[in-house]
Amino acid sequence: MAVKMIKQGRKKTAEQERIHLTINGKAYELLVGSEPDHVEASHTLAHTLRETLGLIGTKVSCDNGACGCCTVLMDNKAVLSCMTLTIECDKREITTIEGLGDKPTGKLDPIQQAFIDHTAFQCGFCTPGIIMSAKALLNENPSPTEEEVKEGLSGNFCRCISHYQVVKAVMATSRGVR
Amino acid sequence: MADTYRYIGKATPRKDAAEIVTGKTRYLNDIKFPNLLYGKVLRSPYPHAIIKRIDKTKAQGLAGVKAVLTWEDVPDWKGGTPRYTRILDAKVRYVGDAVALVAATSEDIAREAIGLIDVEYEILPAVFDMEEALKPGAPQLYDEFPGNVVTPGAPIFGPHSLKQVVMGDVEKGFEEADVITEGTFGYENIPNPLPVEAPGAVALWEEPNKVTLWVTNQSSYLDKITLFHIFGRRVEVRTHGGPCGGSFGSKMMSWQVQTYATLLSRATGQPVKIVFTKEEHLAAFVLRPGSRMHAKVGMKKDGTVTAVSGTWLIDTGYYSMTTQSQVAVGCGEVQIMVRCPNWNLKPTIVCTNRNASGIVRGFGGQELKCAFIPLLSLAMEKAGLDPVEFFKKNYVKPGDGYFWRDGNWYTYRAIDYTKAIEKGAEQFGWKEKWKGWLVPTAVNGKKRGGVGVGVHGNADVGEDASEAYVRVHPDGTAVIISSVTEHGTGQRSNYIKMVAEVLQLPLERVSMTPSDSLFTPYEFGPAGSRGTYAIGGAMIAAADDAKKKLFELVAPMLGAAPQALETVDGIISVKGDPGKKIPWKAMGVDRTLTGYGHFEPDYTMANFMMTFVEVEVDMETGKVTLLRVLNTTDVGQIIDPPGLEGQLNGCLGSGGIDSALFEETILDRSTGHILNANMIDYKWRSFSELPVIDNVILETPFPSHRFHAIGAGEVATAPGPTAVLMAVSNAIGQWLHHYPVTPEKVLTALGKVLPKKRKGGAA
Repeated sequence: MAVKMIKQGRKKTAEQERIHLTINGKAYELLVGSEPDHVEASHTLAHTLRETLGLIGTKVSCDNGACGCCTVLMDNKAVLSCMTLTIECDKREITTIEGLGDKPTGKLDPIQQAFIDHTAFQCGFCTPGIIMSAKALLNENPSPTEEEVKEGLSGNFCRCISHYQVVKAVMATSRGVR
Repeated sequence: MADTYRYIGKATPRKDAAEIVTGKTRYLNDIKFPNLLYGKVLRSPYPHAIIKRIDKTKAQGLAGVKAVLTWEDVPDWKGGTPRYTRILDAKVRYVGDAVALVAATSEDIAREAIGLIDVEYEILPAVFDMEEALKPGAPQLYDEFPGNVVTPGAPIFGPHSLKQVVMGDVEKGFEEADVITEGTFGYENIPNPLPVEAPGAVALWEEPNKVTLWVTNQSSYLDKITLFHIFGRRVEVRTHGGPCGGSFGSKMMSWQVQTYATLLSRATGQPVKIVFTKEEHLAAFVLRPGSRMHAKVGMKKDGTVTAVSGTWLIDTGYYSMTTQSQVAVGCGEVQIMVRCPNWNLKPTIVCTNRNASGIVRGFGGQELKCAFIPLLSLAMEKAGLDPVEFFKKNYVKPGDGYFWRDGNWYTYRAIDYTKAIEKGAEQFGWKEKWKGWLVPTAVNGKKRGGVGVGVHGNADVGEDASEAYVRVHPDGTAVIISSVTEHGTGQRSNYIKMVAEVLQLPLERVSMTPSDSLFTPYEFGPAGSRGTYAIGGAMIAAADDAKKKLFELVAPMLGAAPQALETVDGIISVKGDPGKKIPWKAMGVDRTLTGYGHFEPDYTMANFMMTFVEVEVDMETGKVTLLRVLNTTDVGQIIDPPGLEGQLNGCLGSGGIDSALFEETILDRSTGHILNANMIDYKWRSFSELPVIDNVILETPFPSHRFHAIGAGEVATAPGPTAVLMAVSNAIGQWLHHYPVTPEKVLTALGKVLPKKRKGGAA
């Protein structure tokens, strides 16, 4: 999985005082500064999501871009939120695990339901990141083959070895989407 | 089996599934605390040194810093077995040893403060190799461990805890042997179990002597007991256990991070959180023990082992908390694998100047077998024996016995695993693929195929004690009161299934409390595959007791004896007279009934796992590809099919099979630094490199509890590494005896590259 670096807008960072983000369909305006509810230049998107906004569904494991645990969607593509600075996300649309499913009805996203149906997790810590990677894959390729699913998730670490059940869950969704 | 169950053996969604897939599960680092401080650890850059002076004034002066603690500021609390390892000491014993602790209002400030502490060290010579450490004049880690030999014996296993395997007459045994082999074999790549969630803790101290901890562990009640002793038995400890992001044994003992958080909270009066970074997790939290065996084995042509004699060195790194326990269990497990009347196997636990070893799945047995099976293989080759036949002949059978970890002799009373071995071998196609020792299964241009097999099992399926309460309510619901936390095995859901089965309630009407040592009962925790039989036994007993109390209460209302009643979906009726019924509500709306269940240890049964592997070796590049894995076992009765499948698939992770293929912690033996303490350089299996995996699971009823089941999760990692070594050796036609079988080692064995010269173990 590639880390998407956003170059445009970087120059403006110094004078930029507010970051506008859409997260799970909700608009956020965050001040750049050093107060607890501000975004500091050094804050990663993972930090902002978890610590500033309380969206703890996104997990951090290696904090070094190696394990895929912190994967979220930015403009529908998978990004590693521990390797993405929040100040580089201005005007971006972010989707986290909390943003999946249909809020009014409480219905889960088909990929979440498939993970339940296939017990596609053990400790569950890496699961939100795996689900978001799978979501990105399915956005791009609604009918992936098993090999494509494995390749699409190859940046996601799972130590319990939920891999086999995850592949089954994603393939079940793949057929469902088809 | 004639039993038909409502839930047992059926795939049911995990109780916590919806929370997990929506990101709502609150792991330790997801819990919010008011006034929380963040802790960081200053770690030693030297493997062995005396702290001459620490200047912490600059760090203390940084805005937001609330406490800076060094060895001079903390009580004389000690961990280890025996307790000789001070939490903060004037001496550091490995690269990463804790030198100072900082608490600050943010992680960034705490990190900055760590960098402002000025330490002057007197550097001491260090030792990284067990045999070097045992030599006279070697650097000494502790005054209390002369010669760097750690005191043998695990006090928690009682006064006679197993320290060695000695029985019969080995001289006579060797005389009876048709073949004798001797050699030195090791498993010293110290893989890291590396759960995805790093170790962490939150502590809140209350004067004068009380601490409450939020832990992430597979056994939160055990933390309370461990910490009570470390804190000199003068501190009241309460632990809250929650969902744990993987452990594989390692977090069973998290005293390091927990004591740091406690000390900082004690110094500040505020709650303090410490979560290790991944680098700390890899370089300053526990690894597998290192294992080196020099031994001699005698064998008859028919596969009867006549004698085993030798030494087993175990490298525990800079301290041992549980290594003696792992040695005891490993010594027991080796007797379960090999039926032999004459033993003289003498272990020695050695401390060296590297990060400590701790608990990992396979618990001593994997470490011992990874050294012992290569030696047995040489004897099997000499005797012309097929390893599957050898293991089948030797694995424990009803009526056999073994000295288990407490030093007592137990007669095995569970099932014969021959059927599981034969079924597994047949499905794998062993007879077709096995061409003899050092003979490839297939030759395809520059690629060669090979097969191997390994075996493991333990008698800890009934280890230690458990307690549980089941409270039933007039609205026809029940709650399990237990200290079990979820660490990935799905056992909390399985206990709900068990209790729902006993009480015949819909699954959604049974729930389970979080673990809080203040009111949830004693629980050793799910470890050593004990969850199903031992903990399950306590759960079933508690549910039965609750049911009994309920029936005794309502029996007069139905004009029947309590024994004549049954209950389904919260309605109690008279057996054979379904017209006579009454809802649970009849117990009275102002009442609940609580049943109590207890499990007493039982070491008379062992579980079993045999792993077959097929590999392909590229003879030009030396690359080994794992093509296929087949695990075969018998668990008596499956509780939850997908959960068990997950446990067996776990054979690849947590320092299991892959510790023979590519996983290793690389210790620079001149500086003591771990060179791959990050998840890019520490190799792990990804989705794109999955071998085909099959799990053969038989269900021959066990004389355990009412569901006739035993656990098999913990052992899944253990048989694989030796199977890989065997398979690669067969593929290339050369013995390979070092883990992991990297391309370099394969090419060295093939004579295509020169062996690497290693500097001596001391620096």
